Amino acid sequence: MEVIKIKGTDDTPNIILDKENGIFEISGRSLPEDVTTFYEPILNWLDDYQEEANSKTVFAFKLVYFNTASSKLILDILMKLEEMHENGKEVLIKWYYPEDDEDMEEAGEEYADIVDVPFEQVSYTL
Amino acid sequence: MDKSNVKGFLEFVYDFYRSMKAHEITLVYEGEITHQITKAFTSLTESNMAKESEANSVQKKVFHVMVECLQNISKHADSFGSDDFLFAGRGIFMVSKGKQDYHVTTGNVIENDKIEELTEMLDHINSLDKEGLKQLYKSQMKEGRLSEKGGAGLGFIDIARKTGNKLEFHFLPIDEGSSFFLLTSSVSRNA
Repeated sequence: MEVIKIKGTDDTPNIILDKENGIFEISGRSLPEDVTTFYEPILNWLDDYQEEANSKTVFAFKLVYFNTASSKLILDILMKLEEMHENGKEVLIKWYYPEDDEDMEEAGEEYADIVDVPFEQVSYTL
Repeated sequence: MDKSNVKGFLEFVYDFYRSMKAHEITLVYEGEITHQITKAFTSLTESNMAKESEANSVQKKVFHVMVECLQNISKHADSFGSDDFLFAGRGIFMVSKGKQDYHVTTGNVIENDKIEELTEMLDHINSLDKEGLKQLYKSQMKEGRLSEKGGAGLGFIDIARKTGNKLEFHFLPIDEGSSFFLLTSSVSRNA
């Protein structure tokens, strides 16, 4: 499968989707001008990946900021991962948040409530 | 402009400056709100707050509120039909800084027939406590579809959650078909 590597900017996140090396990561800030267009290739990639997923997928979110328009797309990604989990694949979401950032921690808790997929909260120091 | 007009204009500019000072306005803009404008304003305000050693949590909240307010204007300010782009995505945007709070204020033209729906939505958000807002955000995120313009209907809820304050809003009539919609949110500086 092709590898997706998108370098982050001050308004778009850094994204790595690499099946071969088992790296699935979204990090940084997300407030793209057009969220739908920005996240479309990511969602399409996940659709393809689902067909031939690794036996275990650890997907890391390490965001420091996302706007409300992005929050909806993040949920769409999580729902794809939930689907994989339902289809018997092993999936783990790692939600990283800066240790003093209660809002980002809470956002993770909320996603964990919405989707039915193993979810781990990890705090880190900036 | 003849001489007396120039003098009148310059006096107006001074009055304008003084009322900005009196209302502690640190940023004011009228015009089209683009993504570039959003980026410029947020980074300007961020660096000002950092210079003034504002608490991290306050900086984050102001940033959140600014982004959502600016995107509200760019996505929802009315265009009144496809031919008339005079008002589309335009409005006034203002940040003021008092001793206790930051205020982020927006104003834009909307069609009168949207007032009722907007009022209902804002009143509903204002009637909810922290937990209620959380539930509303979650259900809206799950069920809501992204509109054509990329709005998720989450902006107002997010502002209310992040600030912990009520959304203050007001409509001023312009003419038979349209009104000016004003919204102000405050972020407490005592984090």
